[in-house]
Amino acid sequence: MHEIDLADKSEGSEFVTFLIGEQEYCIDIMSLREIRGWTPATAIPDSPNYVRGVINLRGSVLPIVDLAKKLELEANEPSERSVVMITQIGSQVVGLLADAVSDILTINRNTIQAPPDLNRDPTQSFVTGLVALEDRMISIINLDSILSTIQSEAA
Amino acid sequence: MSINVLAIDDSRTMRNMIEFALNDAGFNVCLAEDGQLGLDALDGFVPDVIITDVNMPVMDGFGVIDGVRQHPLYRSVPILVLTTESAPELKQRARSAGATGWIVKPFDKDKLVSAIHKVAA
Amino acid sequence: MSGMEEIKQTFFIECEDLLGEMESGLMLMESGDYDMETVNAVFRAVHSIKGGAGAFGLDNLVNFAHIFENVLDDVRSERTEANASVNALLLQCSDMLSDLIVAARDDSGFNETQYNKLLGELRVLSSKDSDEPEPEGALEEETFGFMPVMLDFGMESDDNSEPQGDVFDVVFKPQPSLFSNGSSATRLIRNLCDLGDATVICDSSSLPYFDTFDPEEAHLSWKIELRTSERQSALEEVFEFAQDDCTIEITRRHPDGQSEDDWTSADFTAQNDTELEAQTPDAPDLMGADISVTPPAPQDPLVVEAPAIIPVAVPAAKANVEAKKKTSPRATPPATIRINLERIDRLINQVGELVINQAMLTECIVDTGVAGDPSVQSGLDEFKQLTRDLQESVMAIRAQPVQPLFQRMSRIVREAADATQKSAKLVMEGEFTEVDKTIVEKLADPLTHMIRNAIDHGLESTEDRLTKGKSADGTVKLSAAHRSGKIVIEVSDDGAGINRERVKKIAIDKGLIAADVQLTDNEIDNLLFMAGFSTVEKVSTLSGRGVGMDVVKRAIQSIGGRISISSQPDKGSTFTISLPLTLAVLDGMLIQVANQTLVVPLTAIVETLLPIVKDIHQTGPKTRVVNVRGTFIPLIDLGQTLRFRSEATLPTKSVILSVEAEDGTACAILVDNIMDQRQVVIKSLEDNYGSVPSIAAATILGDGRIALILDIDDLIARSQTDQIISPLQQEVKAEAYA
Repeated sequence: MHEIDLADKSEGSEFVTFLIGEQEYCIDIMSLREIRGWTPATAIPDSPNYVRGVINLRGSVLPIVDLAKKLELEANEPSERSVVMITQIGSQVVGLLADAVSDILTINRNTIQAPPDLNRDPTQSFVTGLVALEDRMISIINLDSILSTIQSEAA
Repeated sequence: MSINVLAIDDSRTMRNMIEFALNDAGFNVCLAEDGQLGLDALDGFVPDVIITDVNMPVMDGFGVIDGVRQHPLYRSVPILVLTTESAPELKQRARSAGATGWIVKPFDKDKLVSAIHKVAA
Repeated sequence: MSGMEEIKQTFFIECEDLLGEMESGLMLMESGDYDMETVNAVFRAVHSIKGGAGAFGLDNLVNFAHIFENVLDDVRSERTEANASVNALLLQCSDMLSDLIVAARDDSGFNETQYNKLLGELRVLSSKDSDEPEPEGALEEETFGFMPVMLDFGMESDDNSEPQGDVFDVVFKPQPSLFSNGSSATRLIRNLCDLGDATVICDSSSLPYFDTFDPEEAHLSWKIELRTSERQSALEEVFEFAQDDCTIEITRRHPDGQSEDDWTSADFTAQNDTELEAQTPDAPDLMGADISVTPPAPQDPLVVEAPAIIPVAVPAAKANVEAKKKTSPRATPPATIRINLERIDRLINQVGELVINQAMLTECIVDTGVAGDPSVQSGLDEFKQLTRDLQESVMAIRAQPVQPLFQRMSRIVREAADATQKSAKLVMEGEFTEVDKTIVEKLADPLTHMIRNAIDHGLESTEDRLTKGKSADGTVKLSAAHRSGKIVIEVSDDGAGINRERVKKIAIDKGLIAADVQLTDNEIDNLLFMAGFSTVEKVSTLSGRGVGMDVVKRAIQSIGGRISISSQPDKGSTFTISLPLTLAVLDGMLIQVANQTLVVPLTAIVETLLPIVKDIHQTGPKTRVVNVRGTFIPLIDLGQTLRFRSEATLPTKSVILSVEAEDGTACAILVDNIMDQRQVVIKSLEDNYGSVPSIAAATILGDGRIALILDIDDLIARSQTDQIISPLQQEVKAEAYA
């Protein structure tokens, strides 16, 4: 095992950070397909409260997940300034609603801390780790768990 | 000028393997999945050697040998028969039917290539 | 070698096809309705599997296939009779073969006890009829004769040649059969010469005069003097194939230039076929060998390069053919082509986009008012028709007969019957009905469950059946048919039917329904589909895993289908699955409710009505009916049911759509507005989201917005069950979506 002491590319991954209210989150850039503005979504009956509806993305029907509601934060109505991040895991494509996209960061794996073990925190399973950067605290979202809960909770 | 080989076998796996082995060795390969299609292929493909399986639907290896040996242009083309065993009576039957030689399945790639070199003019 | 890996994968795919052919052939044999070609086809299938397996070193598979093949060979040459027990054994062997293939593919295990048992039975069957000598007998003959004996003159002990090589004298006289078997004297001589330095002398002494000359006869012979460092076996190998069609004498010359005694190779008769790898010299049995000596040519030796007279077909201008595929297909079996499924999917999506685009374009044109022009109108109509035809043709590409799928079920029936000690047979109907490929694949598991259930729970034991006056064999019937724009697949059995008392009791015990609720027979039957319902009280060998019908129902729904059940005591039960015919396109009616646009499939619509208040009656706290020409039909407030709004709609501000479910149940839907009829492209919600109650799928409208497509059958079913589910259950449902 030899240490590579070049710039982090080989040991880090790239993440896109975004804001929900005042809190900062990020997801692995590999799963991000594109970023769009908000367009009104068609409501789906009996959907979980964090699913805003579905939109048409070049012929595909995509659900829009309001991350604020999913993470049980204070949610605002989406506006023109909201962003929708189109993400894909496997063959499932889902749009994530956020307030703004901030950065693309390369995060070194060694700097990722495990999330605090708070049993009562409902967001627990959706955050895989935390990164401290200067004075920012960024939570890494577990996209897989979010996408899979959509399918199991639908109907 | 590279050698043209017509290979006839109803097993897709076999055809793939033959094509793989022979292309590697620089031969031009034409594949057919039964005897009749093999004979039809002669309309457009000029074989230097024909390799044929025995057990095939529509027309079997012996039918192929007959068909080739009666063909106005190709009756002297060498024909190698693919057999899964080296049973003497099968070889004998193939020989008296007009086959030039035989190859035993599963074949070794090099043996196949050298057998072709051996019979191709 | 990734090339070989790929070929290995192709092999496993090919095995599936071959197993299918085997199974159909064996089933025909079992029914007695077959000819020798059927048996031949089964033989060839096993033979092909064996060949491929050998190439990849899959020994268990090869061994089993080998003996299986022998028995089949006996059957096709009528040495063994294919009676009932033989057929049963063959079927079991085909199942075993299938297991071995899966084990080889997945690198997993297989039932070794069964393997050995079947192998033993096959051996018994194949040995009892064969009086012929074992192929091993040929080995003895292999050492017979071809090799001239190497006498030890003390100067050289064996075949090892000195570095500078030995000189061999080869005399080669072809028979006419050499040429008729496609060999070429030229080539043989050339191959020989390639082994070293050679001088070739042609002996034309037996050439007759021109007037008696027959070009098909072989009159020439050659004498070749070859100096080579190769072993003698290499020389012999040159003539390996031709050995029966010529006389060859190979003599090693003594190093001091003298010929050894003229040992010659035996003349070849049929017994002397040999394979010429590393042969050790043995004392040949020279009985029957002709020792012939060709006298040296009396005339001047003609040193020829190539025989001038032998008709060797030299192929003329070699056509620049690079075709690796077969050429002209025959008329009888339709030409087929294998295509990467992704390409088809892409094509289907693109055509789907085209249809949407066509709808958008039409709408835009209509909006501009130009559509009034007759030529524009007819152009638009034609455009619409063309895209629709294109859509259908493309969908037809992916359509496959359900037959292979049904075929697989016969093994399930066999195993299930075995495991439960019942006797059952599978009857198929409409197996050539075509269904989209992806649907076929997704039906496999549900059908398997249903058939196992049918045999496990539906069919009675043989004794019970006989007592009831039924046939000893239970029948499971699988049928497929196109019906009113859908594919209908039925799984039915002629068993005891659903025990409704028991089902109702279990549902009550599990809290799925209230104890005092009144249910129709049909409603009781449908309890089977409820989540949490499973009649397995004791674990039977089959359904022990407790997979319930609710899983089956969801699987069917995930492919856009519906499942229902009907049953009659002592007669049997039937599951009916209905699937959409075309995945892609639907004729629908656009409606509006609570500012949402939805699509109602045209096939479900009976009529539209404008309601009059007095025709609407409240029959319960949440239920209403509408009087349509004397019949009362339940009324569903769509906006409320889909929770687009919480209060009920005033009928005076609405339109009523009278609709009908697949099974004919009538219902009336209250909507705000009816717009126009449209052909819409169906977009699945399942891929990225999941299934939605009362919603079949989604579509993209001309303006790019998404509209949901109603699933009328589901809507009606839910409105019915909603009325019988206990209040407790309803509360639970509501909470899940807080």
